[in-house]
Amino acid sequence: MTATATRTALDGAVPTAPRSMAARRVLLTVGLATALVVLVLVSAGTGQLYVSPLEVVGAIGHAVGLDIAPMPSHPNGYNALWTIRFPRVAMAVVIGAALAASGLLMQAIFGNPLAEPGVVGVSSGAALGASATIVFGWTFLGEWTIAATAFAAGLSATLLVYLMSRANGKTEIVTLVLTGIAVNAFTGAGLAFLTFLGDQQAREQIVFWQLGSLNGSRWQQFWIVLPLVAVGLIVATSMSRRLDLLSLGERSARHLGVNVELLRIVAIVVTALLVGAAVAFAGIIAFVGLVIPHLLRMIIGPSHLPLMVTSILGGAVLLLGADLVARTAVPMADLPIGMLTSIVGGPFFFWLLRRTRRRAGGWG
Amino acid sequence: MSVALTARAAALPRALERGEAAIEAEDIVVEIDGKTILDHASLTVRAGELVALIGPNGAGKSTLLAAVTGDQALTGGTVSLAGVPSEEWSLRELARRRAVLLQDNGVSFPFTVEQVVEMGRAPWRRTPREDDDEAAVLDALLETDIEHLRERRVPSLSGGERARAGLARVLAQRTGILLLDEPTAALDLRHQEDVLRLARERAQAGDAVAVVLHDLNLAGAYADRIVLLSAGRVVADGPSAEVLTPALIEAVYGQAVEILTHPTSGATVVVPVRPAPYTGKAHS
Repeated sequence: MTATATRTALDGAVPTAPRSMAARRVLLTVGLATALVVLVLVSAGTGQLYVSPLEVVGAIGHAVGLDIAPMPSHPNGYNALWTIRFPRVAMAVVIGAALAASGLLMQAIFGNPLAEPGVVGVSSGAALGASATIVFGWTFLGEWTIAATAFAAGLSATLLVYLMSRANGKTEIVTLVLTGIAVNAFTGAGLAFLTFLGDQQAREQIVFWQLGSLNGSRWQQFWIVLPLVAVGLIVATSMSRRLDLLSLGERSARHLGVNVELLRIVAIVVTALLVGAAVAFAGIIAFVGLVIPHLLRMIIGPSHLPLMVTSILGGAVLLLGADLVARTAVPMADLPIGMLTSIVGGPFFFWLLRRTRRRAGGWG
Repeated sequence: MSVALTARAAALPRALERGEAAIEAEDIVVEIDGKTILDHASLTVRAGELVALIGPNGAGKSTLLAAVTGDQALTGGTVSLAGVPSEEWSLRELARRRAVLLQDNGVSFPFTVEQVVEMGRAPWRRTPREDDDEAAVLDALLETDIEHLRERRVPSLSGGERARAGLARVLAQRTGILLLDEPTAALDLRHQEDVLRLARERAQAGDAVAVVLHDLNLAGAYADRIVLLSAGRVVADGPSAEVLTPALIEAVYGQAVEILTHPTSGATVVVPVRPAPYTGKAHS
């Protein structure tokens, strides 16, 4: 009873600002979820063969046995949606979510807002694993082989970057960025070597990996990527509270009861899992993990649980939008999506770097 | 009352009896890269007392505190908390038993002051004491005089404000043992006194408090006991009148001092022996 009374009394004393922050989080989450649904419907219907959003709803309804909206009027509409458009849209959603979440996770364990899989070389590390699988024709895990090698190589790259860029429990910006350059240089050489070794078809595929594209996404690929990403996102979300405490520094987090060593290992493995799953079939799509968490952090603050949820949604929206542009910006051409995200992400990264530098008073 | 609730209550630490040893560090030896940082240093802090660790730069004060908190691996010696060897504690239980304030109070992302102080309540999640969260946070904000800053983002604060936010987080943890590493370093005169007054109150209420200090006068005015370290060894351990003596201080710090007794409060005052103040008149 007394506890309730105290709580009510204290509620009155709390200024309204936290509530407006909570409102902001709800608004943002609902907004992003709505944008995601609308974009899924629009993106699936847009292309050489136009299907209206309502007909897209009808096509989805028909497949699950619900007669809620009209079927696509075009005779090939239904088939085009289910064999070409939907797998691609689904891949964009899952991969966008994976990339944004992996970026947020890396930033949390590095304690540095500039950490991102593409920037520090984790993505190209994973691409190296995937390319080796193609060139050497590895199939030891069946159709999962590419995802497995992308994960293994991505994990090695993440561990390498982590070990090389940490000093005295901290990651300095300069060290992080320079480590990224070193890792990217090394994986770049590896990719060049594989391109040299491979035959015509393998070469084309490696080039495709480096550019990043969702062109040719198939359901078969989606069913490999989805479980990996789902597990990664669930674990990442469940770590949110401990990631908050980690921003006090490793020692302080430990004094608040966090098993920092375990948290770090799990976070690194999950990052590699998410990046590996994303890279396995779509190649290197950089900067999603940098731009999305950063923008959302500016809106709703750095608390990791709401940030993780909104980043998952935001990453999906961003990649879905980028893929729509990639497919439709130039008639009859499919632009590489990795190129698009880098066109926007590169300058953004530079701006962030300048801003962080100004705030830190140098390149410390 | 449900069984689950009783089970939760059983996991909570028992309060320490006044005078019971809260921290016992015995014969601590720490070597880093072959260099001896602590050389058979011992420290005992009892419930209900405020112990100040003093000594010149590099004497090993922070290392001794880190050895007690488990941040620093020991080359030799043992540490017990509340009579239980430190290796038998789980991280979670430890976090409910003792709070640690480090010198570095930086936060890597722009959390608000209130969010940072709330983090101090993390060890009590899913225990009956979770009900105290809001009161503990508000008390800590008020005690450290940062209630007006609760919506501010920590990276935008001044060094002293950030230090107080760090202290508030540690106070909100509401543990029976408090370990503070130079909590006054970035603070102005008034807030230095506030912090020591708070530490003093916590000790009087029955908590065990250990504070690393540089200011000998603060140590002399507030501590029940002073532990003086020099080159990794404890050279004196006792009430301020026994530790703050001209001979000892000069031997350890290499600076001649005079020890005065304050005319009204009776506190020990340490004054370095300085040349006569410059008065503007040229020497003849």
